[in-house]
Amino acid sequence: MSLWEYANPTKFMRLSGAVLPWVSALAAISIVSALYWGFFLTPEDFKQGSTVKIIFIHVPAAMIAINAWFMMLVTSLVWVIRRHHVSALAARASAPIGFVMTLIALITGAVWGQPMWGTWWAWDPRLTSFLILGLFYLGYMALWEAVENDDTAADLTSVLCLVGTVFAILSRYAVNFWNQGLHQGASVIRVDGVTGADTAEKVSNVYFYPLALSMLGFFLLFVALVLLRTRTEIRLRRMQALLARERVN
Amino acid sequence: MISLLIRDLRIATRAGGGAGLGLAFFLMVVILVPLGVGPETQLLARIAPGILWVGALLACLLTLDRIFALDFEDGTLDALVCAPVPLSGVVLVKSIAHWLVTGLPLTLISPLLGVLLNLPAEGYLWLMASLLPGTLSLSVIGAFGAALTVGVRRGGLLLSLLVLPLYVPTLVFGAECASSLMNFKDPLAPFIFLIVITLGALAFLPMAGAAALRANLR
Repeated sequence: MSLWEYANPTKFMRLSGAVLPWVSALAAISIVSALYWGFFLTPEDFKQGSTVKIIFIHVPAAMIAINAWFMMLVTSLVWVIRRHHVSALAARASAPIGFVMTLIALITGAVWGQPMWGTWWAWDPRLTSFLILGLFYLGYMALWEAVENDDTAADLTSVLCLVGTVFAILSRYAVNFWNQGLHQGASVIRVDGVTGADTAEKVSNVYFYPLALSMLGFFLLFVALVLLRTRTEIRLRRMQALLARERVN
Repeated sequence: MISLLIRDLRIATRAGGGAGLGLAFFLMVVILVPLGVGPETQLLARIAPGILWVGALLACLLTLDRIFALDFEDGTLDALVCAPVPLSGVVLVKSIAHWLVTGLPLTLISPLLGVLLNLPAEGYLWLMASLLPGTLSLSVIGAFGAALTVGVRRGGLLLSLLVLPLYVPTLVFGAECASSLMNFKDPLAPFIFLIVITLGALAFLPMAGAAALRANLR
């Protein structure tokens, strides 16, 4: 019994088919309850008013936007090393999700920034690096679409993903050079501070618990979407194989 | 490998080889920007390093698809894969040839264009010092992008989309280095980062480009 068993598409389909409804239901429950909790049961911030509640969508979306790339990195590595097709398809499946999450993070950030910072957009290091992340997703998806042979496309996108990761990290630190951070630093979970304590630099506990629930919900949503999209891709491959066989006969 | 370099240089400098294309584009950008933003000398001096860097980047981008496309079409690339030189070496040589016909001349005429943009005299040294390794890394990164898209028909747009985010660190550090004297900052720190990116790209990207070429030619 090892993880590699599920590189077999049939076994993967069986497992993911059994897990998918549960993950989807859990994701729906936790997102709905977290958003209800966050929007209606938390107090308004004394400076930001009700706009503070955008945090319950903004932060989880940003988290998934980064983690989706990480998922692509790991699955691309697995494809390069062990050449399991399910892995390449999972990488392909997670790219659009990451791109949409990047867009959501950018848009909710702009909506929050307009009343708070007085501007929709600023060339702040964090904002800029997210925009670049969005460009990376676009290029990655475009390469998948452009190359006709599936295996070649998987090879090329894996190489792009590996190189792109290095450059994405480089850009993240390059834009730090401008040093005019308008965006706040890490404030949900800090390495130095205990998460239980209410401090000036940390998000208050009142907001932290619904936020954590919302992050969990977005994570489950991501898992559900990746499983769903990977299943779709596998079925698409099977259908193409069937059609090809029909044509031969 | 040296004969390959000489061959590539000869093809590029021949009529229709595209060596002048990047240079002409660079000139056009630098002449058109002052016409667009107006002739205020102080404003021009402030944005000059940025314009020169963006112009150099776009000029480099414009000529990227020529690195592998012609060789792919006439089958030379298949011969090169079978040749007794490592494929990553071929990618490296081709990116250096690209740099010699676009990046290097760009760097050499950049002070002249700096005059047009009213760049202060003390900025020239760092402008050239940043463009010299910077354009080399642009060529190497671009060769990797060209290797990825060599099998795609009409891959020009895709190539720019892929390469654009990869160019960000080079552009940020290069423009920062070229303009730092005017902002009273130390140009050495971004310069060192620029060198690091260039050396890293030279060391690793030819291998990634070779892997991409192999996947494309399989």
